Amino acid sequence: MTTMTYSSSDRMRRGVSTLMTTLTFLCTLLAVGALLVILFYIAYRGIGSLNFQFLIDRPRPVGEGGGIGNAIVGSLVLLLISSVVGLPLGICVGIYLSEIGRGRIGGAVRFIVDTLTGIPSIVTGVFVYAILVLPMKHFSAMAGGVALALIMIPIVARTTEEMLKLVPHSMREGALALGAPQWRVILGVVVPAAAPGIATGAMLAIARISGETAPLLFTAFGSRFFPESLNEPIASLTVQIYNYAISPYDEWHAQAWAATLVLMTLVLGINIIVRFLTRKKF
Amino acid sequence: MPVEIAAPKIEVRASTPPPETSGKAKVAVRDLDFFYGRVQALHNISVEIPERIVMAFIGPSGCGKSTFLRTLNRMNDVIPATRVGGQVLIDDHDIYAPGTDVVELRRRVGMVFQKSNPFPKSIFDNVAYGLRINRVTSSNSELAGRVEQALKDAALWNEVKDRLKTSALSLSGGQQQRLCIARALAIRPEVLLMDEPASALDPIATSKIEELIFDLKKQYTIVIVTHNMQQAARVSDTTAFFLLGKLIEVNSTEKMFTAPNEKLTEDYITGRFG
Repeated sequence: MTTMTYSSSDRMRRGVSTLMTTLTFLCTLLAVGALLVILFYIAYRGIGSLNFQFLIDRPRPVGEGGGIGNAIVGSLVLLLISSVVGLPLGICVGIYLSEIGRGRIGGAVRFIVDTLTGIPSIVTGVFVYAILVLPMKHFSAMAGGVALALIMIPIVARTTEEMLKLVPHSMREGALALGAPQWRVILGVVVPAAAPGIATGAMLAIARISGETAPLLFTAFGSRFFPESLNEPIASLTVQIYNYAISPYDEWHAQAWAATLVLMTLVLGINIIVRFLTRKKF
Repeated sequence: MPVEIAAPKIEVRASTPPPETSGKAKVAVRDLDFFYGRVQALHNISVEIPERIVMAFIGPSGCGKSTFLRTLNRMNDVIPATRVGGQVLIDDHDIYAPGTDVVELRRRVGMVFQKSNPFPKSIFDNVAYGLRINRVTSSNSELAGRVEQALKDAALWNEVKDRLKTSALSLSGGQQQRLCIARALAIRPEVLLMDEPASALDPIATSKIEELIFDLKKQYTIVIVTHNMQQAARVSDTTAFFLLGKLIEVNSTEKMFTAPNEKLTEDYITGRFG
């Protein structure tokens, strides 16, 4: 009797286990499947208009071909500006949160940073429009870069903080016990020990902002020419895709697909670099 | 019913009399209290540590011996909400007096931790770290010389001399701990604090570190915290017994392990508790 009860509940348990395993597998299949469908569909739609001329040319009127060379350069310029502005600031905030800011001020800063992470990117765009574009009276690459940097800072700050907290406390004590002042402990031991992780956070932040469109619409605005100065509107892949996708021309739709494929390859490339950087060195 | 436990036989290495000590204490602690928040971890500790001897701190876990060790180079400063009362004099200077340069203090009072904590840098850079930040050396050859000497003092040189540029984390546990000792020795501290330096090591690595301690006391004043009473007996000249944040007894190691003054010490050493 007892043996019967036991084995029936056992069968039940196995059944539930199999069911749950199957369920999680199906969910994974659905999520990954959707992602793969997106990737392949973009490749399928985009590959047709993709050629070398398309990658180096600037936009032309409908029927004359043209390309996204200026948008690729523009996107890279914007990423560069935002990285130069955003990475050092974000990393410094992360160091402050992990190493220096204890107690109430640190908690307040952390709360603000978390809130900033959640701000919709279009709000950041409007904000930069109000404080930079309106006073300067024109759109500019600078304004676009600043908008992207603002999105970047909280992401970089939090990943840096998390990475620094993974550095064992004993390592800090070891350096302090050798007569190292705190700033040398941070710069000479803690940050280098966390460097691969910080680099990962930085690259992920770059990957994240390289796909942003909303904050660029009224800061960098877009352009049909190669950039000549940081003080004028600049093209970017995302805005270019947006403009072409809402246009009424089939040729531009096809070019939007191709530009999407290029953008996706760019993000994929950044992610591969991240993987490469995070390989354990020691 | 109390179980009678045979007292472990503890062999005391014939302790050499401390050489040329003027009788003056290198470290003198007076009425030291220590608090973690509201919890008092150390009660009214007074002890004198003469120059160039090895003093061992023994006692059960949580008795405050590590905390006490860390008050001697103010490592507890980095723990929030801690408070110190009393005095710690090193060469007659109170290290808790206002205006004390903590960085300078830690240069003079080196420390080796329970868990080896090499930096994720090369072997050479680990040992050179203290020399570089303190700008001890003026040339690269001098730096290399000091690193070599420190590694020799820590009995590690022969094992690593051909791979100084490789990562310190590639060393074995025992080697890492000796590297940490070398790192501490490189800046030539006057006092060396060791917080259970061999607790995570196998017997061979442990005996190497013990031999090292025995050699080092010719030049350094060494304070070692240990859980292992045999180890205390082997390496130290004097022993201090801590219990529940109080210093119960300080005595010569030989006396401590053969005829301690206090009943509590005897009970602990013979394994009746702790």
